[in-house]
Amino acid sequence: MHLAYPAVLAVLLFCVGLYGVLARRNAILVLMSVELMLNAVNLNLVAFDVWLRDTLHAGQALTLFTITIAAAEIGIGLAIVLLVYRNRGTSDVDKLTDLADTGTLPDAGSASIAPTTDNPADTAAEQALRAREQTA
Amino acid sequence: MTLAAAHPGFMSPSGVEIAFALVGIATLGAALITVTTRQLVHAALWLVVALGGLAIEYLLLTAEFIAWVQVLIYVGSVVVLLLFGLMLTKAPIGRSPDADSGNGWVALTVAVAAAATLVWVVVDAFRSTWIDLGGAAQGSTKVTGAVLFRHWVLPFEALSVLLLAALVGAIVLSRRGAPARRAASAALGALSGRGASSGPGAMSERAAGSERAAVSKRKTGES
Repeated sequence: MHLAYPAVLAVLLFCVGLYGVLARRNAILVLMSVELMLNAVNLNLVAFDVWLRDTLHAGQALTLFTITIAAAEIGIGLAIVLLVYRNRGTSDVDKLTDLADTGTLPDAGSASIAPTTDNPADTAAEQALRAREQTA
Repeated sequence: MTLAAAHPGFMSPSGVEIAFALVGIATLGAALITVTTRQLVHAALWLVVALGGLAIEYLLLTAEFIAWVQVLIYVGSVVVLLLFGLMLTKAPIGRSPDADSGNGWVALTVAVAAAATLVWVVVDAFRSTWIDLGGAAQGSTKVTGAVLFRHWVLPFEALSVLLLAALVGAIVLSRRGAPARRAASAALGALSGRGASSGPGAMSERAAGSERAAVSKRKTGES
C-alpha cells in the first residue's frame, strides 16, 4: 500500500478536527473534535509502525497509550464541563469569558468575576447547607 | 524500503488500496458531518461511524489488536460518555441554533490552509514509499501483547497510575457538594451570619443554636 493513503487521510481527519475545535461553541462538541484529532494521530502512528517494521512496535504501543490517555482526557473533560454547567447553567465556551481581556478598567471587569449561579438547584443546596451549618 | 523500480505504480491501485480509500472517504464524510451538523446527538452518532471506519483502516493496516481496542474504548465507552454528557447538560434534541460560533469562516480558512499545506508536504515527502503488507501480520494480538509486556511494561504501569488519577479526579470534580465547596459555602454562611448579627435577633438565634447543640451533645453522651 502506498504510504500516502493513510498519511493523507490522517492529515484530512486532523484538519476536520481542527475546524471543529475552532468553529464549535458547545464544549462537548469541542471535545468530539479533539477526539477526531487524536484519532488522526493514531492512524499516523499505526501506518508508520507498519511501514518501518519496527521490532519494538513503538507505534502500536504509543497508539494504545494515546487511546488510554484520550479516554482519561474525555473523562476529566466531561467532569469539568458538567461542573461548569452546574455552576453557570451553560456549556457554551463563548460565554466563559471571566479571564478575557476586555480592554476595560479593572473595576469594570471585576463585575464579571463574581460567580453567577444560574442553576436554582445549586443555590438551594447551598442554602440548605448554610441552614444546617447554622443549626448545628 | 523497497526499490523504486520494484514498487507498483500509483495509477494502478491494489485491492487493499481501493478498500482503504473507500473506507477513508466514508470516515472523512462522517467526520465532516460530525463537525458541521447542528443536531448534537447526531454529531455523537456520526462520530461512531468515523471511529468505526478508523477501526477498519487499522484492520487493513494489519493492526488487529489496535482495531479491537479502538472499537472497545472509543465506540464502546467514549461515545457513550459523550452522549451522557450531552444528556446531563440538557442538550436540545432538535436543531440547536448555537452549535456553531460566529468565527466559522476563520476556522474554515485555518483548517483549509493547514490541510493544503500538510497534504502537500506529506505527498511530496512520501511519494515513493510503500508499505509492505505481506508476510506475518504486524499487529496481531500475539505480537502486540509480547511487545507490550516485554519492552513497554514500565510505561504501561505508569499509564495505569495515570488512569487511576483520572478516575479519582473525575469523581472528585463531579461529586455534588465536594469538600472544597462545602467549606466555601460554610465560610459564606459564616460571613452572612456575621453580616446579619447587627440586629439583636441574630445574636439570640445563634445563642439558641449553640444551646441546641449543647443539648444534643448531652443527649448523645447520655445514650
